[in-house]
This record gives sequence, structure tokens and C-alpha cells, in this order.
Amino acid sequence: MRPVFRSIFLCTLALNLAAPLMAHGFTAGSLKIDHPWTRETTKGQVVGGGFLTIVNEGKVDDLLVSATTPGAAEVQLHTVTMNNGVMQMRRVKGGIAIPARQVVKLEPGAMHIMFMGLKAPLARGKMLPVALRFRRAGIVKVQFAIQPVDSSGLNEAGHAGR
Amino acid sequence: MPDVEANEVIGMAGPIKAIGLLVTIVFAIGLILYAAKSNRAATKADNLTSTLGGPFELAARDGSTVTNQTLAGKPYAIFFGYTRCPDVCPTSLARMARLRKQLGADGKKFNIVFVSVDPEHDKPADIASYVDMFGTAIIGLTGTEAQLNKIEKRFGVFVRRVPMDPSQPEGDYTIDHTAAIYLMSATGALIGTIDHQESNATALEKVKRLIA
Repeated sequence: MRPVFRSIFLCTLALNLAAPLMAHGFTAGSLKIDHPWTRETTKGQVVGGGFLTIVNEGKVDDLLVSATTPGAAEVQLHTVTMNNGVMQMRRVKGGIAIPARQVVKLEPGAMHIMFMGLKAPLARGKMLPVALRFRRAGIVKVQFAIQPVDSSGLNEAGHAGR
Repeated sequence: MPDVEANEVIGMAGPIKAIGLLVTIVFAIGLILYAAKSNRAATKADNLTSTLGGPFELAARDGSTVTNQTLAGKPYAIFFGYTRCPDVCPTSLARMARLRKQLGADGKKFNIVFVSVDPEHDKPADIASYVDMFGTAIIGLTGTEAQLNKIEKRFGVFVRRVPMDPSQPEGDYTIDHTAAIYLMSATGALIGTIDHQESNATALEKVKRLIA
């Protein structure tokens, strides 16, 4: 390969490899969906948690009703709370409110989208397509970046892939 | 916008931390008064650390038995969870892996142990491939219901299976469980915990003390 082509090739490769670690976003009407991400999983691990930030720049409240992905049998909305040092994960009933002019963060230690019955392990560096269903904005197709298992966490700034 | 949010969170944490500190201080004073009164201050302190922990028997990745004796000789950080836990478990194990990395050569002075409390889903091989994702040596263990009940009781670990859908008690479940990381001395005595919400700086100090 000629050097110039090789460097172009390497640059493209590097960009492709870096892509899931860089912030990415999606817009649907007045909703901005910022950096959806999930963690890699291993064989035998049939669930994964998905995280994202939803910004409602509009004047009307919206609601994240549900989600689907071809990568999992079922997708649920969950909340995680700490009760006397005990972690409790529960299904969110009736969806997650996305009030007007507010930012709702689904992040570790709070809320997440749970992919249940993964059809294949989530491979680091790949993307997981997910359709989010909002009451007003309708179906919004996004890509969840599959990040290393040690990505992000409470009090661990700089590891959310931003 | 995210900055504003972050400030709000910090603003909230202040009073909560203050209350927590106050409760701790009141509790500590109470304990000291009690200990002094019964004139057993020294033994009291020993009792506090020796009440949690103790003998246990679990299975390693190859099915071999691992006991508190097997782990003795090196301090260890032990965490109880399950591989289908999408949030607290990977966050805690990732934190331990990161703390070890931050310690450089000293990172080898303690073991990281993960105990799956979900033997129904997590077979030793599953646990092995799970812990191997974290890029550092983590000892993955599990056991029979009886073995797990015993260690949970000894370590004061709360574990409860809760159906995801209350109308389907036999369906998918989540596991409510203690999220603290237990820090054990080389002799297997509990010498502290790392709380899920603690900062990394505090956690690092605790691990430094563990291996000092």
C-alpha cells in the first residue's frame, strides 16, 4: 500500500474504532437524545443496562413509554434505588416523564433501559440499534454505543464516554 | 445545563452528608459511653470487627472449593452481586479494578473477590467469563444456596429475590442486595467497607489502609 493511502486507511480505522467512545446524539422534534450507551456483556450474561440523556427543549411534556431492539427479547424501563445500603431495581410503571425544558438522565445509580434476553453478547465497539417510543415524539431510532464494561459509574467523572 | 444539574446534586448532598455525619457522631459517642461504662472498651472494638466475616466455603471457577482459609494471607475486597445486575455490580467491580490500577505495583497487595448470590443463573464458568471482562484478576465465586446463606449471614449481606413482575412470581427476578464492598484483612477480619456512593478518593484511601 502506498504511504498516503496507508495513512488515510489508518486514520479512517482509528476514527471508526474511536466512534463508540465519542459523544453522539440524536434529535427528534424538540427532544435531543445524548450519547446512548451500554456496557459490553459476556456469554451467559443475558441482560444489559442502557443509559442516555434526554433533553426536552420544547414547551410540552413528553413521556418515554417503551423501547425495543432487535438485539434483545424484551426491553424494560428500570429505576435503581439504594435503601439502607441495599440496591433495589424496580420496573418503572407508566414510563419515564420527560418534562418540558428539562434534562432527564438515565445513568448508573438512577434509571436505565434494561435489555433482557440478549440474543448475542454486546460486543465492545459495536452499536446496538434501539427504537425508543415517546408519547408525543413517537418512535425515535437511536444507536447505543457498546462501551467497555468498566465505563462510567457514580462519582466517576470522565468515564461516561464523553 | 448539565453544570447546573451537577451543582444541584452537590447542593442536595451537603445536608444529607451533614445529617449522616451527625448520626454517626451521636452513634459513636453512644458506643464509647457504653463501652466505657462496661469497662470493656478494648474488647468492644475487637468485637465490632470480629462479628462480621468468619468461616465460609464457596466454589471457584473450576469448581474447586475456596474457603476463608484459601483467601487468608492477603487482604481482599469482597463484593456480593450477580452477573445479570446491570448497574451496581459492574460499577463496583470496575471501581475496584480502577483502584488497583491507580495503586500501581501495590495493586497486587490485595485480592478482588466477587461472589454471585444467584447460583440459579450464574454457573462458575459464567462468573469466570464475567469477571474476566474487567481486565484484572478477580476471583469469582459462588456456592450452593446453603453455602451462600451462610456467608451472607456471616457478612451481614442482605439478599432477596424480587419478581420483576409482581403478578408473575415465577417469572424473571431481580435481586435486592447489599451494594457495599467489604474490605477484609489478611486474616479474614472485616476492617471496613466502601459504600456505593463514596467518592473514589475516599475509596482509594481505604484500600491504601487495607494494604498498608
